[in-house]
Amino acid sequence: MIKFLLMVNKQGQTRLSKYYEQVELGKRAALEADVVRGCLARRKEECSFVEYKDYKLVYRQYAALFIVVGITENENELSIYELVHNFVEVLDKYFSRVIMFNLDKVHIILDEMILNGHIVETNKNRILAPLLALDKMAES
Amino acid sequence: MSDVVEKTLSALPGLFDSQTGAARITSRLRQLVKSITELTSKNEEESLIKQELSSMKEQVSSPNTSMMREIMVRAMYCEMLGYDASFTYIHAIKLAQQGGVLEKRVGYLAVSLFLNEGHELLLLLVNTVLKDLQSTNVIEAYMALTVVAQVFPKDMIPAVLPLLEDKLSYPKEIIRRKAVLALYKFYLIAPNQVQHIHAKFRKALCDRDPGVMTSSLHIYLQLITESPDDYKDLTGSFVTILKQVVGGKLPVDFNYHNVPAPWLQIQLLRILSLLGKEDRSTSELMYEVLDESLRRAEMNHNITYAILYECVKAIYTIHPKAELLEKAARCIGNFVLSPKINLRYLGLKALTYVVQHDAKLALQHQMTIIECLDHTDFTIKRETLELLFRITNAQNVTVIVEKMLDFLHGCSDEHTIIHLVGKVAELAEKFAPDNSWFIQTMNDVFSTGGDLLQQDVPNNFLRLLAEGSESKEEDDQLRLYAVNSYLTVLKGDASHLPQRFLQVMSWVLGEYAHLQESVDQREVIRLLTQLLDQRSVSSETRVWILSALTKISEGQTDLILDLAESLSSSQDTVLRQQAQELRQLSQDSQLYEWVLPRGAPWDSMEVDSSLSFLDGFVSEALAAGAAPYKPPHQRQEELCEDRALNLEPYSFSLPVSLSSCSITDRQSPTLLSVSSGLSGNSTELSQKAGSSTLILEGVKRVWGRDGYLRQNETTAPPVDEPSAAVQPSGQQEAAERLEPQPEPSTQNQDKLQLASSLFVGLGAGSSMSLLGKSEAPPPRFRKKPRPHESSSSSSSGTSERSSDSSSRSSHSTTDSFLYGSLLEEEPATSISAFSHTPKSSTANGLAQNKDTKEDRRANTSQILGGDMVIVRPNTFQDKHPSLVSSDLTALLPADLKDLPHSDVISLTSDPSLSLSSCRLFRDEALLLVILISNCTETVIKDVAVQLTCEELETASLRGNVMNCLEGNSTSVCHYALLMDEPHTNVSFTGTVSYQTQPGHTNTLSFSGTLSAADFIRPLVVSTEEYGKLWLSLSHDVKQNLKLLTDASDPLRTTLNALKDALQLHVVDIIGSEGIVACRLLSGAPCLLHCRVNGAALAMWLRSPHPALPDCILYHCQRALAQH
Repeated sequence: MIKFLLMVNKQGQTRLSKYYEQVELGKRAALEADVVRGCLARRKEECSFVEYKDYKLVYRQYAALFIVVGITENENELSIYELVHNFVEVLDKYFSRVIMFNLDKVHIILDEMILNGHIVETNKNRILAPLLALDKMAES
Repeated sequence: MSDVVEKTLSALPGLFDSQTGAARITSRLRQLVKSITELTSKNEEESLIKQELSSMKEQVSSPNTSMMREIMVRAMYCEMLGYDASFTYIHAIKLAQQGGVLEKRVGYLAVSLFLNEGHELLLLLVNTVLKDLQSTNVIEAYMALTVVAQVFPKDMIPAVLPLLEDKLSYPKEIIRRKAVLALYKFYLIAPNQVQHIHAKFRKALCDRDPGVMTSSLHIYLQLITESPDDYKDLTGSFVTILKQVVGGKLPVDFNYHNVPAPWLQIQLLRILSLLGKEDRSTSELMYEVLDESLRRAEMNHNITYAILYECVKAIYTIHPKAELLEKAARCIGNFVLSPKINLRYLGLKALTYVVQHDAKLALQHQMTIIECLDHTDFTIKRETLELLFRITNAQNVTVIVEKMLDFLHGCSDEHTIIHLVGKVAELAEKFAPDNSWFIQTMNDVFSTGGDLLQQDVPNNFLRLLAEGSESKEEDDQLRLYAVNSYLTVLKGDASHLPQRFLQVMSWVLGEYAHLQESVDQREVIRLLTQLLDQRSVSSETRVWILSALTKISEGQTDLILDLAESLSSSQDTVLRQQAQELRQLSQDSQLYEWVLPRGAPWDSMEVDSSLSFLDGFVSEALAAGAAPYKPPHQRQEELCEDRALNLEPYSFSLPVSLSSCSITDRQSPTLLSVSSGLSGNSTELSQKAGSSTLILEGVKRVWGRDGYLRQNETTAPPVDEPSAAVQPSGQQEAAERLEPQPEPSTQNQDKLQLASSLFVGLGAGSSMSLLGKSEAPPPRFRKKPRPHESSSSSSSGTSERSSDSSSRSSHSTTDSFLYGSLLEEEPATSISAFSHTPKSSTANGLAQNKDTKEDRRANTSQILGGDMVIVRPNTFQDKHPSLVSSDLTALLPADLKDLPHSDVISLTSDPSLSLSSCRLFRDEALLLVILISNCTETVIKDVAVQLTCEELETASLRGNVMNCLEGNSTSVCHYALLMDEPHTNVSFTGTVSYQTQPGHTNTLSFSGTLSAADFIRPLVVSTEEYGKLWLSLSHDVKQNLKLLTDASDPLRTTLNALKDALQLHVVDIIGSEGIVACRLLSGAPCLLHCRVNGAALAMWLRSPHPALPDCILYHCQRALAQH
């Protein structure tokens, strides 16, 4: 199961965070800082999975941006690693530029892909369909 | 994609200007995001966000919803950075309610991000959701479904459930898909609510749209995990679906990098492995598709490896098929040998999984494993150790543990340390080759694990030392080794050692330092005292040390008095009290001998957890006006009740002061310690002290009276040099054959050597088989199964215990001395006849009393009372009835023959007479029948029985004087006893005087215990009468009892158990409540109101008699605890 998904930059600033298990607001910042530290400390030739407390972290770096997913022991690390890439491909398909100003839309996309910690949709067209429909209605 | 609209939609992305959203972003949000990116310090961030929040607070008051969307996004940013923006929550709900489409979605999104399941504001969302679900606009319905699938108040599920069910047959796939996901969410939070729609889940599984089908798999994975047997019939469907997916039958847009729906494949493989586990016929259905999956997934991309990993796991989980296993094994080879580090990691993980089923696979990859062990990547190393842990056996344990400890020494992550240290301790206990290695390894465990260590590691270790094995000699060697090792450690610098380790050391030294004869005990005392003075030692540890000192202080009065003196001014009250006790003990050697007899075995340790020995003290205190003790939860309940309106009429009886004078908390886990036993603290006080003082005793208490067995026949030839390659030559060959290395360099030579020592015992000669799961190897320190904690088992253990008691000197603490060791002194003959009888512990108790010295008698009976077994009146289950019992009815007077009665238990005997007793339950009295049997051939004259019991009243007696008793005959005398005042347990004593020769009078004394349960009779009333009576009763006690939850109807089962034990009358059971009535003989009634409260039974007792409810409650607790 997926416990959380984070997008963090190299400076350790959180760009997006989504928790699938209740984590108190006050504890999130510390967890995120820990997670970033854990991922930044790793070298390129090391594998993309790190243990963190009860979780495994799966991380993938895109330029200055890290996407980190916290998963349980029984999850398949490599499939999550590829899920991250699928997510990025979807974002890439929808946004042509900076996505930072569209936190809400990134969340809407993510909600289509992961629900309650489970992967519910990976078909790119279907992931984007509702958002595109919303955009269309907002236009008219 | 059956829908035209959706088709258009899916073709749209390219046409859209993806900047539409961004273009509308107002400058305010843009500015916020920009300033956040430019932040350089936490301080800056704080002031920026504070400013932002206050400006938002101003803005939210304006009803402009177009602004509101932007405000929500800003609030998301603030919360994301960890700042509370809860004032916006209500506006998120409003936005979802009022906004246009995109605003609505953002409103819902904000709700799902901000509010968790239990948040009260969620209730405000329900109406909006209902409205949107009923909307004809697909987008609105979709948004409502999305939020329902994320967060929805559990209590409101019934309101939306019918709408969701309708949506399952909605024409558009996205709605059906979301509805299935929402139902899955409901299943997770309230499974009972969606039970009736299981058939619809099946429909979703067979939906024409692959997306809807995929969504339903989440529900099935969950359901099948919970009960695989109920869904075996679906195996065929899952296999077909997987076949179609693997065969590329899905639309192309489900592909990811040309692999068809990989995550769907993974999900299906997981479901199949659950279904096929330990089920041959089901497994056979899936062999073909698994084979195909392996074959198809040959493309070199990460995602195919992810699928392969799942496939391999499935193949090793289901009923094995040799051909598939072979392919899977080859597949793992591709993983672990891959140059890509991520694949290698997954290969190790797969290997870790499969070696549980086939350890030989590890042998195939031994060189890779060794390389990974030295890998610089922490994650890889960690996973390799996990793998090694799984293949550890008696032959490679030393090398593997060494590797683990090496890793631990260089590791700073707390979580990893705790985890790994526990594993090392487990391996050490299981496979230790010898004592010195074991103790050394455990030393390492304790010093490395430090105070993060889970408490059960030291507990298990001490238990192992204390309980010992069959052979006392071997145990003592181990203990002696530990003592020596700790003395060495303590002579060095102990200031850096973790507290747990110090506690373990002080306990071991306290118990076993005397085994080391060559070391002066004064030296041990000196070392411990020195430790006591160190500043780094915590006060909890000081208590352990002081307890150890108490144990070894015998005869060292001078040292001890100094110590006690110095501690008597300590700030710590617990220490001060202990010092006081120490002083007392050291000055009174008789008391010392009594409290801490040397070398007592653990097995005889019995703890009176109900603290019944304090009853006298408590009742005195209560009589003197002390407030009755109330357990915390009762106090809590009463507080709650006080706040609520009292709807019951006030009762007329006035005496309130004594209404609940009782010790209600008889379940309290307070331990009986030397200190509390001696100082006679009140219950409450000793409980407080328990938090620190009693921990040492707690360790003992956890141990039952068994030990460990040493495995002699299976221990491998001793490995003297751990790192040396000691292994059968055949194995060496096998290892070399598998790893052909023509001319290994010296470094490789090292690795080969390491390999041979790591993988020894896994080869052909090992018990691991390819197809069968191997059994766990026999542990070195095998623990005996724990006996039942209930007192009824004490009798069955008696014979065994007394037989080996000769080899052990009697030694015990206060309570066990009274109880346990007396048991051992007692001649085996009198119990032997009853040792098979499960209900005979009362008899044992009586037999013990016979040997009790006069001054201890009073105490003993109290202790025994705590452990007395309630004899069930009506049930005769005894498979070994004693001789007397079969004759009983014949001997009884005609008017008593039909009464319910207990088993016959032996009281005492001498060469001439043997006495037994039996209880008969008459409505208005208890008849205590004493059977006097003449064991000789000759006539015994002038037999007279005298019975005394202070608490009970004798209503009548018959047959207590006989002129003569013929040879080999039995005479009956019976007493009708009344209990006016409830007493939990009462003891009686008596004597029989008789003459074998004229003028020569012999006496035989006996004693026994009766329980209040013997005096309780059912009170048959109707529900209405019960109701009236309830209101008229004044004294009440409330307590939560254990609920017997293992049955389908816990309340009924629990009440029946109580009824069997206590002759209660169950008046009525309505839903989760039950009412029960009983009385004390024909006297005071007691009404019990029971309500199921979660996993507990909330019991409310009322009676006109102040002490009766407690008494009954006490016996209820006992009955349930023994059930």
